[in-house]
Amino acid sequence: MRLAILTSRVRVEEKLLVEALRQRAIDFDVIDDGDLLFDLAQPQERWQAYDAVLCRSVSQSRGLAVLHVLEHWGIPVFNSAAVTAVCNDKLLTSLALVRAGLPVPRTLLAFDEERTLEGIEAVGYPAVLKPISGSWGRLLARINDRDAAEAVIEHQETLGSYQHHIHYIQQHVEKPNRDIRAFVLGERTICAIYRTSAHWVTNTARGAVTENCPVTPELDSLCVRAARAVGGGILAVDIFEDPERGLLVNEINATMEFRNSIAPTGVNIPHEMIEYIFSQVREGVTQ
Amino acid sequence: MTAQCPECEAAIDVQGLMVGEITFCPDCNAELEVINVEQPEVALAPEVEEDWGE
Repeated sequence: MRLAILTSRVRVEEKLLVEALRQRAIDFDVIDDGDLLFDLAQPQERWQAYDAVLCRSVSQSRGLAVLHVLEHWGIPVFNSAAVTAVCNDKLLTSLALVRAGLPVPRTLLAFDEERTLEGIEAVGYPAVLKPISGSWGRLLARINDRDAAEAVIEHQETLGSYQHHIHYIQQHVEKPNRDIRAFVLGERTICAIYRTSAHWVTNTARGAVTENCPVTPELDSLCVRAARAVGGGILAVDIFEDPERGLLVNEINATMEFRNSIAPTGVNIPHEMIEYIFSQVREGVTQ
Repeated sequence: MTAQCPECEAAIDVQGLMVGEITFCPDCNAELEVINVEQPEVALAPEVEEDWGE
C-alpha cells in the first residue's frame, strides 16, 4: 500500500495522519499542492504509484481542482471531487440534504437586495447570513433587526466578491450554546463531540470547547444519511439541536479537522481514517 | 543547523518539524512556513485565504 497526502500546509491533523501511517509502516508521500503542475492530457506516472490520494489541502479550491484532475486520470482519491464540491458549497449541501428529505434549518436564497431583506424577514429575526463558500465560521452574520440586515447586505454587495452577492439566508437555531460535530466514515459514525461556546458561532476555530457526545442510534442514523446524501466518504457532519424540531443537519465538511476531537472521544480518528481508506482500496471501491 | 527568520534574522530550529509545517519565530513571533529541513530554510507563512478551511 502506498498513499499520498495532499497538503497546502501541514497542520496538526496532517502530522497525526503521518504518525498513523508510520505506526502501520505504510509507505506515503506528503505532496504540497503548490508544487503541482498538471498537463491535463498527459497523466503523470508518479500518481500511478499510489493506491490512493487523500486530499488534505487547506485551500478548498486547490484541493478540489487536484481531485478533478486525479480522478480524470483514474487515481483513487478521498474524498471524491463530487463529494468535495458539494461539501465546499453550502447551497449544494443544503440542496443535497433537502433532496434526501433530511431535517435542516430553513434556508432561503436571494440575489437582489430587496428580495434578500424579504427572505430575512420571512425566516424572522434573528436570521443568519452566510457566504455559500468558506469555513471556520468566517463571515457569518447573525442579523438581529432590519437595520443590521440592511447594513450587512450593503457590505456584502459593496465589499464582497461576486460569491457574496449570492445571499444564503438561514433560520437562526436557538441551540443550547453548543452544536454537535459527528465524524462519519462510510456508513459509520465513529464518534462525535459537542462544541460549546458562549458565542453563537460554535466552531472550534472560533474557540469553542469540546467534549464527548454519545453517538446514539438517532444521531448515527441521521449523520450516516446526511453523509450518504452528499455522496459519502470521510466526512464531518455538523448538527444543531433545535428545541422544537430536534436534530437538524447544518453542514458537512470534506476535509475535516479533528485535533480537538481525539482526546474527548477516545477515538483515534486519523487511524480510523487510514483504516477506512485501505478498506475501500482493498475492496476496489473508488469513489 | 538552523534556519534564519526572514523577518528578524533570528535562528529558527527546524528539528522535528516537517516541510509545510508552520512555526513561530521565538524573537519576533512571525508566522513561518518550513521550506526545507535538510538545509534549514523557512519563509514567511502565506496569509489565510478566503477559500481556506475544512
